Amino acid sequence: MSADLQLDEQGRLRHFLTIEGLQRQTILDILDTAESFISVGEREIKKVPLLRGKTVVNLFFEASTRTRTTFEIAGKRLSADVINLNPGVSATNKGETLLDTIGNLEAMHTDLFVVRHGNSGAAFLIARHVPPHVRIINAGDGRHAHPTQAMLDVFTIRRYKPDFARLKVAIVGDFLHSRVARSLIQALSILGVPDIRVVAPKTLLPVAVERLGVHPCHDMYEGLQGVDVVVMLRLQRERMRGAFIPSEQEYFNLYGLTREKLAVAREDAIVMHPGPMNRGLEIDSSVADGPQSVILPQVTNGIAVRMAVMALVMGGQPQRPREGG
Amino acid sequence: MSASLPPVDIPAALEAMAEVLRPLLERRPLVIGIHTGGAWIAEHLHRLLGIEEPLGTIDISFYRDDFTRIGMNPQVKASNLPVNVGDRHIILVDDVLQTGRTIRAALNEIFDYGRPASVRLAVLIERDGRELPIQADVVGASLTLKPGQHVKLVRKQERRDMGALELVLQEAGA
Repeated sequence: MSADLQLDEQGRLRHFLTIEGLQRQTILDILDTAESFISVGEREIKKVPLLRGKTVVNLFFEASTRTRTTFEIAGKRLSADVINLNPGVSATNKGETLLDTIGNLEAMHTDLFVVRHGNSGAAFLIARHVPPHVRIINAGDGRHAHPTQAMLDVFTIRRYKPDFARLKVAIVGDFLHSRVARSLIQALSILGVPDIRVVAPKTLLPVAVERLGVHPCHDMYEGLQGVDVVVMLRLQRERMRGAFIPSEQEYFNLYGLTREKLAVAREDAIVMHPGPMNRGLEIDSSVADGPQSVILPQVTNGIAVRMAVMALVMGGQPQRPREGG
Repeated sequence: MSASLPPVDIPAALEAMAEVLRPLLERRPLVIGIHTGGAWIAEHLHRLLGIEEPLGTIDISFYRDDFTRIGMNPQVKASNLPVNVGDRHIILVDDVLQTGRTIRAALNEIFDYGRPASVRLAVLIERDGRELPIQADVVGASLTLKPGQHVKLVRKQERRDMGALELVLQEAGA
């Protein structure tokens, strides 16, 4: 899938579809812009007029609470009009195609679509078919990418551990089904993180995962040894019908993040989780609520990061062509 | 950049501006500088006036009226208003007043932090070219420039004293 689709001729972001192929500077620009949006969320009137008069449609074909809500808040803090649609339960059930749904919403003068879809590549397909003044942000497509989650993760990491060039990061859990992990690994690599480890049972690691530039590992005590950052992934229970793990109890015993396992990481290591958490499955409550957890700051940071991405893709947007009549 | 600019004695202008602002001290004003040059000027006025409350700085990038045309400057800095502006007398400081659009954006931003009792505008340089009905209350120096000419405040690296500030003339398209 071409990353060029998301950049204009000057190399500026036009859509935000994937981390893959982004320049280091583009990622740093998003992080720096997000940093200045943090202060907007902390003041009396949590709103700036950047996207006043723009229409943002949150188009979530898959269920989501956190991502959809933070995109909605982000859009509203930028003064856009935000509409949430869950077409899974209306149009597509009546047989409308994805592009027809988009075409209809575009006819309502939508400027920006935030799209989540169960099929990999859905946001790309839409981006290829919308007119030039319409912007697309990928809020998760199948098992492929979840680039704004990766951005909020690296933003959170930078706030606690600013020197990417010295970081050791362990990502733990279900890689096979995780678009979060894939996008995060790409972002960390582009930012020059030298030591990225993925810790999971063999059944939950794709073959040839090393090609992503990471070190695979099947033992928590080995994988967490001396790391600065532990990123836990959600075990996707709904997709565990096959023989991926012997039992949830055994998974927790081997790969669940407990205080005992976390003790082999650096003393000041931070613990992250994209949510929603399965307490007692991939993470123990004593860690999730413990002093090293930055799971709730991740959520807060997600708003500022999504504001930054929305502002950057919407800036310099060409005018919608005037219609006759 | 080498075209000539009427000489402006910046330290003397800053001292003179502080003297004009001094009677306002009885109202316990807050000083707010606009990034980047206005914040430098504000630093000096804040010090010359001996104001104890911390200086505020604002970056108006999120309030610009040309955002949809030119997009976002990723070098945007966070605004930092450490003191509540509600019911306070504000001295708003910028380096150069030309079109007035920056001040319009800055006023809108300040009002999103609270409702000040009053706002006075102090600028080091006021020049021609106003596009909005906005005028400065306190001015360091006035200049008239040719169309296409811009004056910009720069600061020598690693220095924060008044002598480190310098005005340069830029020609459009140069």
